[in-house]
Amino acid sequence: MLIWIALTALLLFSAATYMAARRKAVAATGGKPVLLHSLPGYYGSYAALWVGAPAALLILLFAMFGGRMEEALLRADPPAAVQALTAPQQDVFFDDARAIAHGGQPSETIYEGDLKTALDAKAAKAAHLQNLIQYGSVALGALLALAGIMIAYPRIGPQFRARNKVEGWIAGLFIACSVTAILTTAGIVASLVWESWRFFQAVPIHEFLFGMEWNPQIAMRADQYAGTGAFGAVPLFVGTFLIMMIAMLVAAPIGLYSAIYLSEYASPLTRSVVKPLLEILAGVPTVVYGFFAALTVGPIFRSFFNWIGAQLVGGSFDGLGQYLMQVQNQMALVAGAVMGIMLIPFVSSLSDDIINAVPQSLRDGSLAMGATRSETVKKVVLPAALPGIMAALLLAVSRAVGETMIVTMAAGLQAKTTLNPLDTVTTVTVQIVTLLTGDQEFDSPKTLSAFGLGLTLFVVTLMLNIIALRIVQKYREQYD
Amino acid sequence: MPSQRDDSIAHDTVAPVHIAVDRAHASQPAGPIKIRARDVNVFYGDKQALFDVSLDVPENSVTALIGPSGCGKSTFLRSINRMNDTIPGCKVTGRIELDGEDVNDRSIDPVVLRARVGMVFQKPNPFPKTIFENVAYGPRIHGIATGKAELEEIVERSLKRAGLWAEVADRLHQPGTGLSGGQQQRLVIARAIAVSPEVILMDEPCSALDPIATARIEELIDELRNQYCIVIVTHSMAQAARVSQKTAFFHLGKLVEAGPTGEIFTNPRDSRTQDYITGRFG
Amino acid sequence: MTDAAIPTAASLRQTVEARLKKRHAQEMRFRLYGRMAIIVALCFLALLLGRIVTQGYSTFVDYRIAVPVYLDPARIDKADPTGANYDMLVAQSILTKLGEQDDDLGEKSGKVMEIMSNDLGFQLLKMVREDPSLIGKTITVTGPVKSDAALYFKGQIKRSTPQDSRKLDDQQLDWMDKLKASGAVTSGFNVSFLTNSDSTEPEQAGVLGAIVGSAMMLLVTAVLAVPIGVLAATYLEEFAPKNRWTDIIEVNINNLAAVPSIVYGLLGLAVFSNWLAVPRSSPLLGGLVLALMALPTIIIATRSALKAVPPSIREAALGVGASRTQTVFHHVLPLAMPGVMTGAILSLAHALGETAPLLMIGMISFVPGVPEGFTGAATVLPVQVFIWENASERGFHERTAAAIIVLLVFMIIMNLAAILVRRRFERRW
Repeated sequence: MLIWIALTALLLFSAATYMAARRKAVAATGGKPVLLHSLPGYYGSYAALWVGAPAALLILLFAMFGGRMEEALLRADPPAAVQALTAPQQDVFFDDARAIAHGGQPSETIYEGDLKTALDAKAAKAAHLQNLIQYGSVALGALLALAGIMIAYPRIGPQFRARNKVEGWIAGLFIACSVTAILTTAGIVASLVWESWRFFQAVPIHEFLFGMEWNPQIAMRADQYAGTGAFGAVPLFVGTFLIMMIAMLVAAPIGLYSAIYLSEYASPLTRSVVKPLLEILAGVPTVVYGFFAALTVGPIFRSFFNWIGAQLVGGSFDGLGQYLMQVQNQMALVAGAVMGIMLIPFVSSLSDDIINAVPQSLRDGSLAMGATRSETVKKVVLPAALPGIMAALLLAVSRAVGETMIVTMAAGLQAKTTLNPLDTVTTVTVQIVTLLTGDQEFDSPKTLSAFGLGLTLFVVTLMLNIIALRIVQKYREQYD
Repeated sequence: MPSQRDDSIAHDTVAPVHIAVDRAHASQPAGPIKIRARDVNVFYGDKQALFDVSLDVPENSVTALIGPSGCGKSTFLRSINRMNDTIPGCKVTGRIELDGEDVNDRSIDPVVLRARVGMVFQKPNPFPKTIFENVAYGPRIHGIATGKAELEEIVERSLKRAGLWAEVADRLHQPGTGLSGGQQQRLVIARAIAVSPEVILMDEPCSALDPIATARIEELIDELRNQYCIVIVTHSMAQAARVSQKTAFFHLGKLVEAGPTGEIFTNPRDSRTQDYITGRFG
Repeated sequence: MTDAAIPTAASLRQTVEARLKKRHAQEMRFRLYGRMAIIVALCFLALLLGRIVTQGYSTFVDYRIAVPVYLDPARIDKADPTGANYDMLVAQSILTKLGEQDDDLGEKSGKVMEIMSNDLGFQLLKMVREDPSLIGKTITVTGPVKSDAALYFKGQIKRSTPQDSRKLDDQQLDWMDKLKASGAVTSGFNVSFLTNSDSTEPEQAGVLGAIVGSAMMLLVTAVLAVPIGVLAATYLEEFAPKNRWTDIIEVNINNLAAVPSIVYGLLGLAVFSNWLAVPRSSPLLGGLVLALMALPTIIIATRSALKAVPPSIREAALGVGASRTQTVFHHVLPLAMPGVMTGAILSLAHALGETAPLLMIGMISFVPGVPEGFTGAATVLPVQVFIWENASERGFHERTAAAIIVLLVFMIIMNLAAILVRRRFERRW
């Protein structure tokens, strides 16, 4: 609340500074703004920026990190009774102290004797610290605003290059925005690497990458996780690969043939109808595909295979029949097929772009030789577009590997090392979701293993993308 | 001139062109008619690009189509081998006969037609394949060669005839796109020759080339004249004068005048032709 | 090699024509494959949308029951009205209406409670608490029937099914027919689906909370991602020197656009939730994560819109003495705005449908109500779909499909808006 008041006050003060600075600039020329170096508004903005921007930034930073500062200060000198507690108990203790101070819900832990006194003292201190930090930040902000006006206001005069200075501020804002992109990557890499590193301290990296058994539930018992091989991710990699392959078997031919038909055969009218329809398929959220897979495709496939099984039972393929009778809804084939449907428009629109980049002169050359359209496509256009199409397929693979909702809803949770499409498998993304939904403790390898999986996923998809984008770039340069 | 022994290659290559010009002007008896066009109209959607064009193209000679840009000369060329079919919304009316058969007749398959009527484009367009594969493309798709040896023979013969063999014999399996512009254009001509067409259409084959490469192509065209009927669209009146025996002048989609090259250039009947060849417009 | 080896024109023509039939057959086959591919893709689309509509449309019809209830002072304590069993009161009133007597064990009223929503009881409680003077009077309450009962009215639970394998027995079905015939049960457009929030009872569950949550989250995403993305793109396209650093940023942005969304969830969990202590399950946290996700696409769209503005515009502005900043803000950006807006709307639409990263930051929790604020617990439409899809009650399945319909309607609106912006303001140079 205090922060909002402070920010509003700051805004008003900046506005006042703007008016004052503008008036001063105009007055300095004796009422002839033409004599100014810049438009009068720039003088106002210049002063207002000096007043408002640093102070606002400071107040916001304190608002974001004040809580952490308060906690750090609060923990600085724990009383002896608190020191005796274990680390998790200490966490609870300090959380409770802060909760009491700020009117939150403390935990149900009962504190007695020394601890109770310590808690009350710490609660009082927390309240005090919070006030100190809040009022301190506002006071500092006010000081900064005043300092800003001291710096900016005297400079204002007809010769002062206000526009250039204001543009300097704008350039700073521009650069800050661009750096966000880098910061995002840095954030992703740092958080994944940091948490994974913690995970790899508990489970050796080679065991994670090459272990054949995945069973993170065992790790709930603290004595069992290390060395049992419960964090071997190979079954997840195999499951991911299997589903990806099925998806590509659906998406690659359908997507590619649609792209060829649309770019080489279809009339402009057909194109203008079919392309938007395919885009709808691309725009459907993945959770919808998941729902479709779980409640429509899954049951259809199961009853289909069960029916085939029933036909085979008793015949010479009795074993196979028995197996097919037991096929369940959650099979790799369902998740893979639906993911393939999702990827059709992706493959098709990327390949369409690539095929259209092949120069028309090559087609003309081939047609003028007496080649039919399909011969032209197969022998000239596709070979010329091959690198680009490979890149498009790589991007689709990267999509398939990173896709989450369809597999979460349709693939299942059992980690099996199998290439049988009728079996239930699990994938890297499913496990990440499963491990991280619900309450978690951030110290157990079970939770941290999700970050190990996330890091693997990030590295693999990043590699695929870098390779694909390189190929596409080279390909485009060739025909530019 | 022959005394200057240290003269550049340019001299050697340019010299035959003068002979070609002489030959062109030597009045030759026109061969039998190979292509006969009557009242050809071409429409792109609602726009008419060609108006009632009637032209005879003689066998074993070079016929040049000249005229300012957008006058319809390329459009006419493309309707001879029905390449206009590939442009959506394009419609051709009238008769174009190849050896007395209407090319637009339903019984004529464009695949066969285009095997008989080869085409060379403005910009060299070798396929992104090896030199060998480029030339072998036509024979392969049409099933002309019965074996590997025969295919190699066809490729060699075509490259020789296109005057490229000496330059590429040792690198047949390198990409055709790595050749120079002039070499690429000769490769494309070799590709067209490989299926032994009866007619070769050339759509400004030298406009993307430098003068030396242009001279080589012109020389080649003159040699090919003995075996094929060649129709060439050109922007350059000098080129038309150098290589062709017959010239047709197009203007605003109409055929203004056609006749032996010597006559068109020395004694045009139409004032528009005169204005064009004397450089008043175009 | 002599000229004699060269085949004659006639023999060549024969060779070509001999293979023609085969080649044309090949051509037809190839064309057919292409057509089939497109037809298959479109069939998938039709099947997908068709299934969702057929599964979900019935949600938009609901069956409501109106019962006059005598608020018996003997059974409701004036001093403590919350203590009474209002569900029982309603059930017995329905029995009376049916002309039946409850047995001593309350078996029949128990069965009635299986076909009426406990919302009726809640309504009574609320009314009595607000106005205790109602006690002793007879008032009529209207509320939904239980979702199983609604499924019977909709024909999804059939009388032909053996009694053991359906949730309602014959007696309950008879009662329902009777109530429907007497006009106590009426059907109408299901307004409550759009005005209620999530509930553990399918017949009371609605999408309002999820819609509001989605809107709040998208607001956060838009406020963060659009300005930052547009400014970053403008800087990279119009101001930045072309050097190694800007190259790195460019490659980086292209790669970020293809990072799986779930990785952004991990980032949000580790950085925003654990490190910066942004409250879990909140629209603020979800918006932050989705903003980072939407940023690369907005940057890429903005850059291509800026590239499409011809350099002559910039030269003209610079030529009359404008600074580069003025050129960009007065001329280039306004001209690129339609493209920028289209790109921004489309990436926000994409963010609206995103689910995976939100599961990880706690949005999966049950939130029975409209979110209290940007830092309060919330759920969003796609996650609501996921939650309901996991529910075991049959009544939730149709609601899942209906929630998908609502989600798709919002996405269609956003896409139409993008198309409209493009059509209305698009400029060709």
